[in-house]
Amino acid sequence: MSLINRTLFRTLVQGTQHVKALHTSSVNAEKNVCYAPISAMQPNANKEGRIKCTLIPGDGVGPELVYAVQEVFKAANIPVDFESFFFSEVNPTLSAPLEDVVNSVAKNKICIKGILATPDFSHTGELQTLNMKLRNALDLYANVVHVKSLPNVKCRHHDVDCIIIREQTEGEYSALEHESVPGVVECLKIITAAKSERIAKFAFDYAVKMGRKKVTAVHKANIMKLGDGLFLRSCEQMAKLYPRIEFEKMIVDNCTMQMVSNPNQFDVMVTPNLYGNIVDNLASGLVGGAGVVAGASYSAECAVFEQGARHIFSGAVGKNIANPTAMLLCSANLLAHVNLHNYSKMIKNAINKVLKDGKVRTKDLGGQSTTKDFTFAVIHSLA
Amino acid sequence: MAARIIRKIVPTGRAGAAQYSTGVRKVTLIPGHGIGPEITVAVQKIFEAAKVPIEWDEVDVTAVRGPDGKFGIPQKAIDSVNANKIGLKGPLMTPVGKGYRSLNLALRKEFDLYANVRPCKSLEGVKTLYDNVDVVTIRENTEGEYSGIEHEIVDGVVQSIKLITEEASSRVAEFAFQFARDNKRKKVTAVHKANIMRMSDGLFLRCCRQLANKYPNIKFEERYLDTVCLNMVQDPSKFDVLVMPNLYGDIMSDMCSGLIGGLGLTPSGNIGKNGALFESVHGTAPDIAGKDMANPTALLLSSIMMLRHLEMHEHADRIQNACYQVLKEGKSLTGDLGGTGKCSEYTNAIISKLN
Repeated sequence: MSLINRTLFRTLVQGTQHVKALHTSSVNAEKNVCYAPISAMQPNANKEGRIKCTLIPGDGVGPELVYAVQEVFKAANIPVDFESFFFSEVNPTLSAPLEDVVNSVAKNKICIKGILATPDFSHTGELQTLNMKLRNALDLYANVVHVKSLPNVKCRHHDVDCIIIREQTEGEYSALEHESVPGVVECLKIITAAKSERIAKFAFDYAVKMGRKKVTAVHKANIMKLGDGLFLRSCEQMAKLYPRIEFEKMIVDNCTMQMVSNPNQFDVMVTPNLYGNIVDNLASGLVGGAGVVAGASYSAECAVFEQGARHIFSGAVGKNIANPTAMLLCSANLLAHVNLHNYSKMIKNAINKVLKDGKVRTKDLGGQSTTKDFTFAVIHSLA
Repeated sequence: MAARIIRKIVPTGRAGAAQYSTGVRKVTLIPGHGIGPEITVAVQKIFEAAKVPIEWDEVDVTAVRGPDGKFGIPQKAIDSVNANKIGLKGPLMTPVGKGYRSLNLALRKEFDLYANVRPCKSLEGVKTLYDNVDVVTIRENTEGEYSGIEHEIVDGVVQSIKLITEEASSRVAEFAFQFARDNKRKKVTAVHKANIMRMSDGLFLRCCRQLANKYPNIKFEERYLDTVCLNMVQDPSKFDVLVMPNLYGDIMSDMCSGLIGGLGLTPSGNIGKNGALFESVHGTAPDIAGKDMANPTALLLSSIMMLRHLEMHEHADRIQNACYQVLKEGKSLTGDLGGTGKCSEYTNAIISKLN
C-alpha cells in the first residue's frame, strides 16, 4: 500500500515539476527577446521542455560515476537528455575530436564531466593537455569549488564552508616551456591584467550572489613581484568596487598552513591557477576527499560541472568502490543552474539523507558499500 | 659573487685551521630582529648548560648599503659564515620598499644553500588535529619559480620564468636520498606536476628517478602535488621524506608545519656546498619583542639539527629529550602554545631537565 502511495506521490511531484520546467523555459524564451546577453546563459531547451546536456564520462572511475548520475536521473525522471562523448587523452584512438565536444558544449551550454587523465608525456609530444585545450577552447576561465563539510562524514575539521575560485586559463598552466640548452628548462608563467581582473570580478560577483562576506586573494607576490603582483593589484582594485565585501590577501604558503589549522576563517578565496589547484585539493582533503566535493568551471557562456578535486582514482577502476557523492552533487548543481531547483533539491536531500543515515558508506568514508549500493540508496531516498 | 672573490683572496688554509685547532667548534650566530635576540639567548643558555663545545661568533646582518648602492648583507657576516661554514640564524625582517633584497634570499644566494630541510614531527604535549605526522620536506632552494626572472612583455602581460636545471635537480635529489639514508628513513616521494609542466617538472622527475636507482634500499615514489596535498591532510602517515622544486617545497613545508602546530615548532636547515645555515622560519613578531614572551622552540630544534649536522649526536639527544619532556609536561609553555610561561621560564625548565 505504502509503495503504491509513494509511487503515486512521486508521479504527482514530477508532473508538477514538468510543468514548472516548461514554464521556466518559456520565460527564458521571452527573456531571449528582451535581453540578448542573458540568453547566452540560458541552457538549450527544446520544445518539450527537455534539456540537453553534454556528457563526458572521462577516465578512471569517471564512467562509473557518470553512470550513477544517469541512474538517478532516470529514476527521478528528470527532463535532461545527455549527449555523450568519449573524450580521453590516454586513449586517443577512441577519443572524440576536440571540435565535436567543444561544439556540443557550446551549443548545450551545460556539460557534466568526469576527470580526464593527464599523462606525464603526450603521445604527440605536445605540452598542452587535453583538459587545457578544452578549457581554452571554451574559455572556461573560472573554476569554482564549494568545499563544505557534509553531514555524518567523519573528519578532523568541522563546519568547513569555503568557496575557492581559481583562474584556470593562464598562469603556470600555459604550456609554454622550452629547453634552452640541454639540462636547463624554462617554464613560463603568464599573468595578464585582463584575466586577473576578470577572475577578480567573477569572485566578487559570486560572493555577492551567494551572500558571502569576505574574499581572500591567495598569492605569492612577495617573491613573484610582477606576476603575482599584477594579480594582487587587480584584486585590490576590484575590491574597491565592492565596499560591502571584506577583502584580505594571504600568501599561499601561509594560506595552506591556515587551511590545515583553522579552515573556518575562510569564506571566498580567489587564486591564480596553480595555487587554486593546491588549495582546492587541500580543502577537499579536509572534508572527506575527492569523492565528496563538487566543482564547476564557468565561461561567460557555458558551465561545465566536474568534481572539485580532480583525481581519476585509477586504482579503483571497475571495482565498483568509488564514491559517487561528488558527481551526484555536481549533477544537482547542474539542475540548479538550469532552473530545475526542485529536482536539484531532491537529489541533494537524498544524498544528505543517505549520508546522515550512515548505513551505506563507500570505502573512502570508512564503509564497505559499493558505488551501486550508494546510488541505489540515493534513489530510494528520493522524495 | 662577493663570497667567491673573498674565497680567492683569503688563503684557504686559515679557515680550516681555525675550525679544527681545538675541539671547540665555532658557529656563526645571527640573532636576527624582533624576538630573534631573545630566542637566541635562550638557545645559548641551554647550550651553555649542556656544555656543548661550541663557540658563538655573533654577527649582525642588518642590511647596509653596499658600494653598488644596493642594500645587502654586511661583509663581516659573510666572512664569518665562510670561515665557520656553519651558522644559526633567528628571524630576519626585510624592510618593505624598493632597493631591499630579501635578506633570507641574499643569504641563500651568497652561500649557495641549495636544499632546505624541514622535519615536521608531531610533538607530544602540543595538541593539534593531527597526531601522527613525521615527514621531512626537502626543497630545492635556488631556482624554480623563485628564479626572480620576470618581465612585463606589454602593458598588463607579465611573464615569470620558472627555471629548472638538471644540475640543481640532481643535486637536491641526491641530497634527499642521502638524507633518507643517513637518518634511516624508508621512503622518498618526489612531488611534482609533470602532467601539466611536462618539460620542467618532467626534468626534475627524471633526475629523481635516476638518483633513485643509485639508492635501491630506499623506496621511491612519485606523486602529483595536488594528490599529496589531498592525502597529506587526510593521512599524513602515508609520507616520509618529500623532495620537490622550490615553490611546491615552500607551500608543502609550511602546510606540514601547520599540521604539527605552526612555524613556532618547526626547525629548518639550509644545506649548501660551502656550509649550512640553520634557522627558525617564523616571523620576527615585533608585537611581543622584548617582552620575554616568545617561544624559542623552533630555533632550539633547529640548533639540535645543527648539532646532528656536526655529528654531535649525544648533545643533540640530550637537549632534544629535555625539550620534548618540557613540552610534554606542559607546565611552562609560552603563550602561543596556550601556556602562561615566559620565554626565560621555559628555557630554565629545559635546562633543569638536561640532567
